[in-house]
Amino acid sequence: MAMTETRAIEGRSIEGRGPWRLAWERLRRDRVALGAAVVIVVIVVLALAAPLIADWFGHGPAQQFRKEGTTEFGLPVGPSGEFWFGTDNLGRDLLVRTLYGARVSLLVGVAATLCATVIGVVVGMTAGYFGGKVDSVLSRAMDVVLSMPYLLLALVLVAVFGPSLPLTIFVIAFFTWASIARVVRGQTLSAREREYVEAARSLGASDRRIMFVDILPNIVAPVIVLATVLIPLAIVFESVLSFLGLGIVPPTPSWGSMLSEAIAFYRVAWWYLIAPGGALLLTTLAFNLLGDGVRDALDPRAERLFATRRNRRRRSLRRRSGGGR
Amino acid sequence: MTEDVLLRLTDVVKHFPIRRGVFFRKEVARVHAVDGVSLDVRRGETLGLVGETGCGKSTLARCITGLHPVTSGEIRFDGEPVDGLDRARTLAFRRQVQMVFQDPYGSLNPRRRVGSIIGDPFVIHGIADGPERRRRVQELMELVGLNPEHYNRFPAEFSGGQRQRIGVARAIALRPKLIVCDEPVAALDVSIQAQIINLLQDLQAELGLTYVFIAHDLSVVRHVSDRVAVMYLGKVAECGATERLYDTPRHPYTNALLSAATVADPDVSARRERLVLAGDVPSPVRPPSGCRFHPRCPKADETCVAQEPPLEPKFGDAAEHTAACHHPVADDEVLVGSGDAAKEVPRWR
Repeated sequence: MAMTETRAIEGRSIEGRGPWRLAWERLRRDRVALGAAVVIVVIVVLALAAPLIADWFGHGPAQQFRKEGTTEFGLPVGPSGEFWFGTDNLGRDLLVRTLYGARVSLLVGVAATLCATVIGVVVGMTAGYFGGKVDSVLSRAMDVVLSMPYLLLALVLVAVFGPSLPLTIFVIAFFTWASIARVVRGQTLSAREREYVEAARSLGASDRRIMFVDILPNIVAPVIVLATVLIPLAIVFESVLSFLGLGIVPPTPSWGSMLSEAIAFYRVAWWYLIAPGGALLLTTLAFNLLGDGVRDALDPRAERLFATRRNRRRRSLRRRSGGGR
Repeated sequence: MTEDVLLRLTDVVKHFPIRRGVFFRKEVARVHAVDGVSLDVRRGETLGLVGETGCGKSTLARCITGLHPVTSGEIRFDGEPVDGLDRARTLAFRRQVQMVFQDPYGSLNPRRRVGSIIGDPFVIHGIADGPERRRRVQELMELVGLNPEHYNRFPAEFSGGQRQRIGVARAIALRPKLIVCDEPVAALDVSIQAQIINLLQDLQAELGLTYVFIAHDLSVVRHVSDRVAVMYLGKVAECGATERLYDTPRHPYTNALLSAATVADPDVSARRERLVLAGDVPSPVRPPSGCRFHPRCPKADETCVAQEPPLEPKFGDAAEHTAACHHPVADDEVLVGSGDAAKEVPRWR
């Protein structure tokens, strides 16, 4: 018994705790980030379960309840036992529509950020690693994209192709990859000069192997942080587009289009604004707090992106006690 | 005689262009990092390369290992030119020549486990995979004095000396003929330096390695080298068998360098003469005319400003003890105690 115990302890110490495990352990201790993660999980589960919940209520997302769902003047009905979040001007259940809107928002947010991250990492690493003319061309391309008036361009694109879900994802990815590429390029530039890259080259590693095996693991932390911050931005961007009628096509519920419909009724039906607006706020807030926590966990020495008072106090405490480098 | 030359450098030049501008990147100047170096390295020997910071030692090392393409000149390894090889021949060359880096912290990827760092050569060259690779890596770890059970640890969990052992293990994985050590002990504590140097010497005896050993610590170089080349501003100032060069330095720069080296024995230290050089090393962007050492040389005259001295034997020295100087240091001019420089220090074992 004692033997196996010592062996187990030895095995653990020899295994070595990797940087990822250490980051995970730091993240697990961050209660705010953990809470944000729980909120996100709940939102995701609710979004996935939206059809089940709609069935349970017996209210379809586009189903209109002219009789119970509107007053005799055709106005929305407030929150009640039947309609928990109230109804809109067409007598549709706002809770069900908000949950269906979450599907759209999360899909667009994650898919667009994923596309943007893949493009940004590939372009940024290529620019930073090869340098020279390749870098000049790609960096200018990033500058051009970043200096475009995105809303105007989105307007033009939608006018040409007509609004749709894939186009929305494309537009958001198109306007965000460049900011990731910039960060990745900078990180690659500094990683490229490290001796372990020279060591890999002197062993005969190919450029692709050096980029993906030696450099990528060292720059992935800021990329993950940036991506978690870009997800809420993409969600907000999708809402803006839908609000302007350029995003998701109307019968499909989306937080942005719901908000734009609610504008006309804000004097008589506050719940009409609160349901999609609150969902949007909660989601983006949760993602931002999680991103902040991920950043702390992955790079405990770096300055914070959104330095809250809590973080600042924690940091000054750490400095005073002499801990941390 | 010729066939035991493993590495021959002929007039190797490496310039780094300094560019300005966003689009056209016009070349405005160049750094003369290595400016015409000719050296032979014989099979099985250790050639020490010394010089101040910025004299081009590390650049030369990277030219030898093929990390920097040379601007002009030729490097022949085992009789074959190193430049302009195709992918397959480059890989074959990489197997023969490896490098140990100065910084044991920077040269190991912090995100990868030691096993995969040392196993990299086997993967890149398609030699061994899976359990076979693991077995070989653990063999290597044992050979360089690491605990093979630490296979799955990260570099951050090792001390500086252990990390340098990892770097050595990676370098010898492919059983190369030549290892270029770029200041392998400069970043380590003195006691650890001795361990790493002993390890390198044991491996040399065991595997028949040839070393190009770069350092700025004269006592370390004296201890490990069969021959020593002294570099100054991208050129070889003096080259010769270690004991000859330390006892009768011919170049005033070597003389000054040796007089500045620390001596462990305080009695020797007290009766030594010091030759302290004035000024800093000139910028390699605009190296001085003629002899590069002339602005700081106590013996310099008009000849030194105008003419570049050839690298040749002085005062009937053996043919292999050469110095590039118009006014070489005669035997009676050698500073008192300079032959003792760095002598007492290496009590390595």
